[in-house]
Parts: sequence; structure tokens; C-alpha cells
Amino acid sequence: MTLSTALKTGDLSALPSRRDEDWRWTDLRGLLKTLPPVAPAHDGEVPAGPFAGLADAETVFVNGRRVAASDAASGVVALRFVALADKASQGASHALVVKPGESLVLLESHEGRAGAYVSDVVLDIAVGEGASLERIVLVDDEAEAVNVVTADVILAPGAKFAQTVLTSGARRQRIETRVRHPGAHAQVRLDGAYLLDAQRHADLTSVVTHSGLDGVTSQLTKGMVTDQARGVFQGRIVVEKGADQTDARMGHHALILSDKAEIDAKPELLIFADDVSCAHGNTIGALDDEVLFYAKQRGIPEADAKAMLTVAFVGEVIERIEHEGAREVAAAWVARKLGSEA
Amino acid sequence: MLSIKNLHARVEDKPILKGVTLDVPAGEVHAIMGPNGAGKSTLSYVLTGRDGYEVTEGSATLNGEDVLSLEPNERAAKGLFLSFQYPLEIPGVPALTFIRTALNAQRRARGEDEIAAPAFLKLAKEKAAALKIDFEMLKRGLNVGFSGGEKKRMEIFQMSMLSPKFLILDETDSGLDIDALKIVSEGVNALRSPERGMLVITHYQRLLDHIKPDKVHVLAAGRIVASGGPELALQLEAEGYDRIVGAAA
Repeated sequence: MTLSTALKTGDLSALPSRRDEDWRWTDLRGLLKTLPPVAPAHDGEVPAGPFAGLADAETVFVNGRRVAASDAASGVVALRFVALADKASQGASHALVVKPGESLVLLESHEGRAGAYVSDVVLDIAVGEGASLERIVLVDDEAEAVNVVTADVILAPGAKFAQTVLTSGARRQRIETRVRHPGAHAQVRLDGAYLLDAQRHADLTSVVTHSGLDGVTSQLTKGMVTDQARGVFQGRIVVEKGADQTDARMGHHALILSDKAEIDAKPELLIFADDVSCAHGNTIGALDDEVLFYAKQRGIPEADAKAMLTVAFVGEVIERIEHEGAREVAAAWVARKLGSEA
Repeated sequence: MLSIKNLHARVEDKPILKGVTLDVPAGEVHAIMGPNGAGKSTLSYVLTGRDGYEVTEGSATLNGEDVLSLEPNERAAKGLFLSFQYPLEIPGVPALTFIRTALNAQRRARGEDEIAAPAFLKLAKEKAAALKIDFEMLKRGLNVGFSGGEKKRMEIFQMSMLSPKFLILDETDSGLDIDALKIVSEGVNALRSPERGMLVITHYQRLLDHIKPDKVHVLAAGRIVASGGPELALQLEAEGYDRIVGAAA
């Protein structure tokens, strides 16, 4: 039940629907009554991406077709998925291997510039023994777009994988990450921030499966929804039998800034080992009225005060981005999305 | 300067202020003293426009301009500043960012140019030094993890950066030890000027040893029941509220 199967076969019944437990808040079958035609090839200029200037090499997909490829798997690499065709569908898949001992920063962007497209991206990522990957995913979709991004990540012993997803949602959008965690001193940081307004929807789903001794996972997702937007967080950490000394922490914290906005959150810890340290925290609330009054009393108009406090709220996720240039791009993106001057 | 006439206000359905009349001319410092529950904090919140405080009658003007119909931030831009009894903590917003945002918002509202970053930093360094505030503290989240005394000093710092026309100090002495009280009072006294008025709200007389008022008013059960010179504060301290409030009732 995936969008990519539906795009390949044209079979709408392959779309996940609300009857699928893991998709119940991100119904695609109910939304897509037809599939738009496959996007045409684009010949012409491709506008610069959000991480322009930061990467040593780049791989670029436009309308689902690869137009530039780099086989670099160390250093700083940009991976761009650009949608330039309105009312069209596009599917892309890409594989990435970080060799043992190597270190890679992946600056991934999903750049919607075409209205009502349907996009599906599947990534297969392997991080070798002692290797490290920091993946920063900036998803800037159009309000009418449907986009599903799925990454399968397999880690070798001693590998380090850090991820930060930043999204402003779409008509319907799912960013899913599945991590096979071998334990064995491998480390995972899995972060996200969603900022949703109007009728936008974003679903951040993750599954981390610890299969061996001594693994660490630290997960922090923060979000803000306003207007009639809807945020979905599904975080599952599985600690298999024998994966003792696993240390896993999951946090999801969100702000709801309007009566009609909605957040659906499902944090899950499934633990089949005995000696583990696991915790999760999930909070959803409004901005503190007292703090808002304090800011207004100092002369800051309400909308600016809300933006400032939301930037600060999400800031904790941004601070955890290790690559300095990407961190600055992320901070600027947050400020721009929230209309904050700071 | 600040002119309050027959001000009535309620919180939910409960009347708290029942006809407060008060004039604080420019250049003067007036103290408002009163027992717990008299309406002292309500008066400060009504003047600054906090949600949930509803004015049912009367008026308040600053230099002849109505303030009660304005948003809290508009009142601030007109020059009204409230030093909070319990200043709020704002994680993730450095004090300097907060104050610069506030200062520039006020300046924009008044049709003035924004202050440039170098000029702002220079001003902040001077004012922080005068208040013995470690400049590094200003780069951390506003008031986060600060002691009561540090928070009050940060209020005075904001005051001196924003340079308001009229100050309301709500229980500024609460939670301060004697050294902090001296620093805070010196900071407030440095802001006394012929163009600026102040309303100092306090339960205890001791703050008024440091910030000498021109006039003292006693607020009880939502009304001013006695007014006088600084000696009134001493009399209250010696005799207690019951006697004066009782005599006026």
C-alpha cells in the first residue's frame, strides 16, 4: 500500500487509506480520485536550491527525472527533488551508501514550484561501520501538492545517523523514516520541525528498530499549527529481544495557535528487551498568555510576539543541526515561514 | 501626565476597582500602598491592558490621550511601562533580542527609525554596566534561571533601554534582599526626570526609603482612601493598614 506502487501501476486501490492503521491520519485514497499524468521532462534552467553554495556536489531530480548526478558519498552533498510541472505526478528513487569510516552531510531539499503535483520519493540509505551521515531535509511544498517521502536507513555497527526534517506541509504530505538500528554503539538522532498554516497537512512518521546491544536513539520533534492546519506525529521505537542497554528518548512538543488547527500524535515504545532505558514525552499546548502579555506590554505587537515565541520554541530543534551552514539556512527558513524579523 | 478618573474595573464578574481617581503630574513619583486584595495589581493591569480586566466606568489618560482603548503594545509605544511583580521567563529568546525587538516595534509605532545594531549594543553595554549586569547574561534566554533579584534588575534594565515616559512599578521590592533593593532603587532613581512620572505600587514602606515619593496614596477595597506626603507611608508602617483604612471607611 504505497503511493509509489499506485504511480507505477496506475492502480488507485494501492493507495494507503484511513483503514491502514499507520495511515489513518494521512488518507491518500480518499483524497486522490484520479492520478495526474506523469510529469514531462523539463529542459531549461533549474532555479537554485535552498542549500545553494553549501554543497561540494549535487544530485538533482526534476519532475521525477534525474538531471544531474554525483556519486560523491562523503563531504557535503546536495540532493534535490524539484517539481516544476503542475497537475502532474512524479516518482523518484535514489540509493546512497556511506562507506565505512566516511562522513557525509546530505542537504536534501524538496522544492515544489508548480501547484498541484503528486510526488513520491523513495530513498535507500546505508551507513557503513563507523561512518556518519547527517541528513537535513527541507520540504517546501506547494499548498495544493501531495508529497510522500520515504527513507529506509540501515546502519552498521558504530555508525552515526542524524536527521532533521523541516517542513511547512502540503495539501497532504508524509515524511517517513525507517531506521534499522543494530545497537553496537551506533547512534541515531532523529529530529523534525513542522510549521503549518492555512489548510496544510504534514505527517512525520518514524520507526526506529533496535536489534542489538548498546544502541542510542534521541528523537526531538517540535511543531506549530495554526488556521485549519493539521500536524501528525507518529514515532515508534522498537527494542527487539536482546537489544539490551538500549538508550532511547523521544520527545514531541507542539503548539496549537488556533481553535481549528489539529495535531494527532502517536508516540510508541515497543520494548521486548529487559535492560533498557527508554522514555517519551509528548506535549501539545498553546502559547502562554502571561508571556504574550509581557511581550506586548514591552511594545511587541501580538503577531510578532507569537512569531518570536514560536521561533524560540522550534529553535531547540534547529540548534541540534551540526552542520553550521545548514543550521543557518534552517534558522532563516523558520524565521521566514513565521514572518519573524529575528 | 497620568490622569485616572473614577476608574471602575472588574475581573470576571467581580468588581475590583470601584472609582479610583488619581493624578500623577510629570516629574513626580507617587506611591500606592494598600493591604493585600486592595486592587493594587489590578490597577497596574488595567492601565496596561491585560486581557480579563474589564473597565466598566471611568477613564485613564496619558498626557491627555486615552490609553484604555489601545492595545497593550500601543500603550507601551505611547510610553507606558509596567515593571512586573513576577517577570516572565522566555526560553530561547535572548534578553538582547527581546529588548531590541521591543524597542524597534515601539519606534516603528511612533514613526521613528529603527535603532541600528551597533548603536543598540553600545547603549546596552552602558546600561548593563550601570546596573551591574553581566553582559553575557543578556545573551541567554530572558530571565531563564535568574534569581528574583536578577529578574528585577532585568526589568530596570529594560526600562532604561526603552526609556518610557511613565513607569509603573508593581511590588518591585518583593523578593529582593537589601543589596538588590539598593541596586534596583538606584536604577529607578536614575530614571527620575522632570518629564517622567512614576507610580510605585508597594505593600511595604521599605522601598520608599530608597525611592522617595512625592505623594503617597492608600488603596483599599478598590478606592483611594487616603492621600498625603511621604509621612503617610511611615504612619502606615507604624500603625498598620487597619487603622487608616478603618478611619476612612
